[in-house]
Amino acid sequence: MRAFLPGYHMETPRDLTETLDRIANEPGVWRPFAGGTDLMVLLEAGKLPHKKFLNIWNLRELRGIETSADHVTLGALTTYTQVRRHEILAREFPLLCRAAAETGSVATQNRGTLGGNIANASPAADSPPALLVYDAEIEIVSASGVRWIPYQQFHSGYKQMDLRPSELIRRIRLPRNNYPWKQYFRKVGTRRAQAISKVCFAAAARMDAGRMSDVRIVLGSVAPTVLRAVGVEGMLRGQKPEAAILKAAQDALANEIAPIDDIRSTSHYRRTVARNLLAEFIESLAG
Amino acid sequence: MSDVARKISVPCEVNGERVALEAYPMARLLDVLREQLKLTGTKEGCGEGECGACSVEMDGALVNSCLVPVAQAQGAKIRTIEGVACGDGALHSVQQAFLAYGGAQCGICTPGMILAAVNLLARNPRPDDAQIREGLSGNLCRCTGYMKIFESVVEAMRHSGDAGLRLRTGA
Repeated sequence: MRAFLPGYHMETPRDLTETLDRIANEPGVWRPFAGGTDLMVLLEAGKLPHKKFLNIWNLRELRGIETSADHVTLGALTTYTQVRRHEILAREFPLLCRAAAETGSVATQNRGTLGGNIANASPAADSPPALLVYDAEIEIVSASGVRWIPYQQFHSGYKQMDLRPSELIRRIRLPRNNYPWKQYFRKVGTRRAQAISKVCFAAAARMDAGRMSDVRIVLGSVAPTVLRAVGVEGMLRGQKPEAAILKAAQDALANEIAPIDDIRSTSHYRRTVARNLLAEFIESLAG
Repeated sequence: MSDVARKISVPCEVNGERVALEAYPMARLLDVLREQLKLTGTKEGCGEGECGACSVEMDGALVNSCLVPVAQAQGAKIRTIEGVACGDGALHSVQQAFLAYGGAQCGICTPGMILAAVNLLARNPRPDDAQIREGLSGNLCRCTGYMKIFESVVEAMRHSGDAGLRLRTGA
């Protein structure tokens, strides 16, 4: 059933300061609303429980991509389209650009934002696996201060995150040290565009003399949160990308993830695909 | 009841005309365009951003108008299918190509398909096959007429230099 529209409020603060003051003074009453690609779907379905939103779409303080010698820093309202068009991101952070390119379609990419993708906290979100591979940090602001935290620590359970009602995600920072890691991304869904992933796999490895001196493996849609497979990473570190280690790593991965049956796929299928994607990643390192 | 929102006035530009939309703040841009401005060329398909039937341009960017609360249209320049043809009434080259090459069948997806194609060619006047497919990937056609739609866009691109089929690339 469609939502009762007069029950929904949206107000547009002038700037970041006003936004933070409002969410500090009435904690939990007003929630930020960015590109709407998730929230409007719930609204139309009559399943949007929250009723009062602050329109942050035009906040300049949350926009723009800045680069320094050490970091690329993206405003939380950076859209997928902006990610795709950025030359340094394309060169140094290809997994993020691939994730952006495989999210929704042109129209979704024009409105969907990285901050929204993080705050919506779906385990099937497309950009978080790439962000985790790159050791992203996120800047969280409130009327009383600023804190940076590793993105790895942000999601604590299904739709649970380290973000108080008085806080807002302002920026995402990526360290520029991943080059020249070998990188791998694959999203498996029903079709190439518009699909929500059944399994999303983002990974990178640094190769030294034919061995994986460091490796990062992150999966989406296989656990209550996007999951960094630290157990498998530890097993692969220092090893050659060979068949001998692969089978054991696949078994470890199948144990480390916790996929469910839902409308998009089954637990069994997701485990099988995760194993296969790990094989494809390891094989890509051998060349 | 204090928790009932008031309608707001949203000044914006639609197809080159300045208008003030009056609606509840989270009304969908799609509904306001159709019901208030009677611009019924913009269609509703899925209502959840999957099908692209409600595509419009907002400040030059293709968006699903079912996913835009009208409060976010403040100050925006919006173009709907009604604003795609040239001012003198001549059809846009993409529209002409859809007619000439059978790109429309039942017609429900057509306005969105044309907006997506026009937007693609404005950004990239010479897309390759993969880029055309990607540009149309957010638009579903239930008559399964994808090849004719694809060919229409290819033809519109090819003829974009011709006098009679000049592309209007400005948003």
